[in-house]
Amino acid sequence: MSNDLDFEGWTCPLPLRETPTIVMGHGGGGAMSGELIESLFLPAFGGAARAELGDSAVLTVPAGRLAFSTDSFVVKPMFFPGGSIGDLAVNGTVNDLAMSGATPLYLSTAFILAEGTPMSDIGRVAMAVGKAAEVAGVQLVTGDTKVVDSGSGDGVYLNTAGIGVIADGVEIGPDRARVGDAVLVSGDIGVHGIAVMSCREGLEFGTTIESDSAPLHGLVAEMLATGIDVRVLRDPTRGGVSATLNEIAKASGVGIELVERDLPIPPEVRDACGLLGLDPLQVANEGKLLAIVPPDRADEMLETMRQHPYGAGAQRIGVCVETHPRMVVARTGLGGTRVIDLPIGEQLPRIC
Amino acid sequence: MKYLDEFSDPDLARRLVDQIHEVTTQPWAMMEVCGGQTHSIIRHGIDQLLPDGVEMIHGPGCPVCVTPLETIDKALAIAQQPGVIFCSFGDMLRVPGSSKDLFSIKSAGGDVRVVYSPLDALKLAKDNPDRQVVFFGIGFETTAPANAMTVYQAKQQGIANFSLLVSHVLVPPAIAAIMESPRCRVQAFLAAGHVCSVMGTAEYPALAEKYGVPIVVTGFEPLDILEGIRRTVIQLESGRHELENAYPRAVTAEGNLPAMEMLRDVFEVTDRTWRGIGMIPGSGWTLSERYADFDAERRFSVTDIHTEESKLCRSGEVLQGLIKPHECAAFGKECTPRNPLGATMVSSEGACAAYFTYRRLDLVSTS
Repeated sequence: MSNDLDFEGWTCPLPLRETPTIVMGHGGGGAMSGELIESLFLPAFGGAARAELGDSAVLTVPAGRLAFSTDSFVVKPMFFPGGSIGDLAVNGTVNDLAMSGATPLYLSTAFILAEGTPMSDIGRVAMAVGKAAEVAGVQLVTGDTKVVDSGSGDGVYLNTAGIGVIADGVEIGPDRARVGDAVLVSGDIGVHGIAVMSCREGLEFGTTIESDSAPLHGLVAEMLATGIDVRVLRDPTRGGVSATLNEIAKASGVGIELVERDLPIPPEVRDACGLLGLDPLQVANEGKLLAIVPPDRADEMLETMRQHPYGAGAQRIGVCVETHPRMVVARTGLGGTRVIDLPIGEQLPRIC
Repeated sequence: MKYLDEFSDPDLARRLVDQIHEVTTQPWAMMEVCGGQTHSIIRHGIDQLLPDGVEMIHGPGCPVCVTPLETIDKALAIAQQPGVIFCSFGDMLRVPGSSKDLFSIKSAGGDVRVVYSPLDALKLAKDNPDRQVVFFGIGFETTAPANAMTVYQAKQQGIANFSLLVSHVLVPPAIAAIMESPRCRVQAFLAAGHVCSVMGTAEYPALAEKYGVPIVVTGFEPLDILEGIRRTVIQLESGRHELENAYPRAVTAEGNLPAMEMLRDVFEVTDRTWRGIGMIPGSGWTLSERYADFDAERRFSVTDIHTEESKLCRSGEVLQGLIKPHECAAFGKECTPRNPLGATMVSSEGACAAYFTYRRLDLVSTS
């Protein structure tokens, strides 16, 4: 999405044009910091920004329960097929809020910029932030910028925190999965991780895959509107489906059994994973959710999800079971079984 | 690419499994040599589908697993030197040396990079003429041609700041060593398909004859492995012991001739210590004298590092097929993929890691 943005086409007042890259002074809190905000961030954020520029944002929130979440983004490279660190940072926090059933309202953005980063890169990221916020219908209400010396950072690091409200009667939690419940996924898995890896330095491989980064609160709202008791919602980001299901199994004290042949893994992801020695279940997603729902309403829920653009590829992939509590197990295509474990740390490409 | 799907077809797999059941009349123990095969067997649950008594013994063919501790310690010593860019395949980063691993060198400020090809490391050397770039060249005959090509190109192009830390190992001497072991239970081998795609099959008929074992060159996808097992059982049941090629789409008898020529130029055979097994004569490659200038061990003066293996770890017996991973007292206790004592627990192709990752359920329910 952000790849289409043309930062060059956007007119920037003189002070910024004189410094084509970030310098330490942009984080000093003085005139240069002010110029960066006034001349770059606010225009790039566009309609999503609420520019009061006080020390804190003063917000009006409806009565009820608040959801509050924060996430930091350090993705490398910061531009990748289908997105950038900018939309990722907005969608990531929007989705974290949505997974507790909240309607996201407000976001903060905190940029940590490395000295020497091209101003045009910052502009592209900031515009992606603004556009993603606008699409998600959230306001950017407060922010911060720091600059670190060129050896200490890497382009743009971005933290977002968000606030949303949860409607009465919505009870979603990782400990609510019950034996017999169906495990659903909203679409193809492993897409974001493979898109990012395909353009990482030293690992460039040709793929048509684009990141699935997307805000999921609209889909969640449709799901909640069915009145079906959505027990658990999670977005399987880092660590992928494997890590998320393991966390759910542990929190709820149930076993989870997946059926490998039902997993929606696009051929490109399967091939890239085969080539690199990675498990698609451990690859990150940024626009997918896992839902655990009562078995008798699972088909109805799938129908609802498939009506939404971000749930069009929704599938039932498994079931919560009594045996092997707190463990995730997959039935293999050949009829064997294997344990689906938490990834230990970073996925390590295999030697051969 | 439909290769992966076509060679995992459940219906065809079921047919092969049925045929294996039909021909099997007694227990047999066969070893799959390559770690990639071990991984595939455990990941797809292939061993669960075999007749009772047909046992897969997991062989020493995981390059990460058999790279000796001493070589890891040498890698660590080189990687922490200032000015060095140390490049490695990803799964070597977590292999523990005596006191730390490459990850900890990286977190302490060392420049350790994961590359997918040694040629990427050579490019780094070209782009960073003021740095020393070292590639960790480990593996079997499979990874050796790319490493040989890289050193060859470094010499041709005069890229003097590149060097290779070499610990290559060879399959046929390992098969001989396993068969010479007094406790050997192996009655047949599934030979490593990709090793043979480079080297051909000429080295194997003599081994099959000398030790009276069938050797079936086998691929890596589920159907490849089942076909390898099927052919092996048929040979065993009929009392034959021959070389067979069950992976003809990748392996020819003569092998990859240009690759072999490159290997002969760049490497020479040497005695090699295998982690957990010990020294096997003539079982490795090192840089030939013509390319000795590119030998990282000499360049960084780490030839004097000598290291003992962990006493607790029984990976040597696992690698020789003498015990199954979970029969080691440290399995899943002192030794897990997070805190591996031996390399078989580190690499995803290591037998211990494969058992820990995919088989804990059975091990829990039977204990």
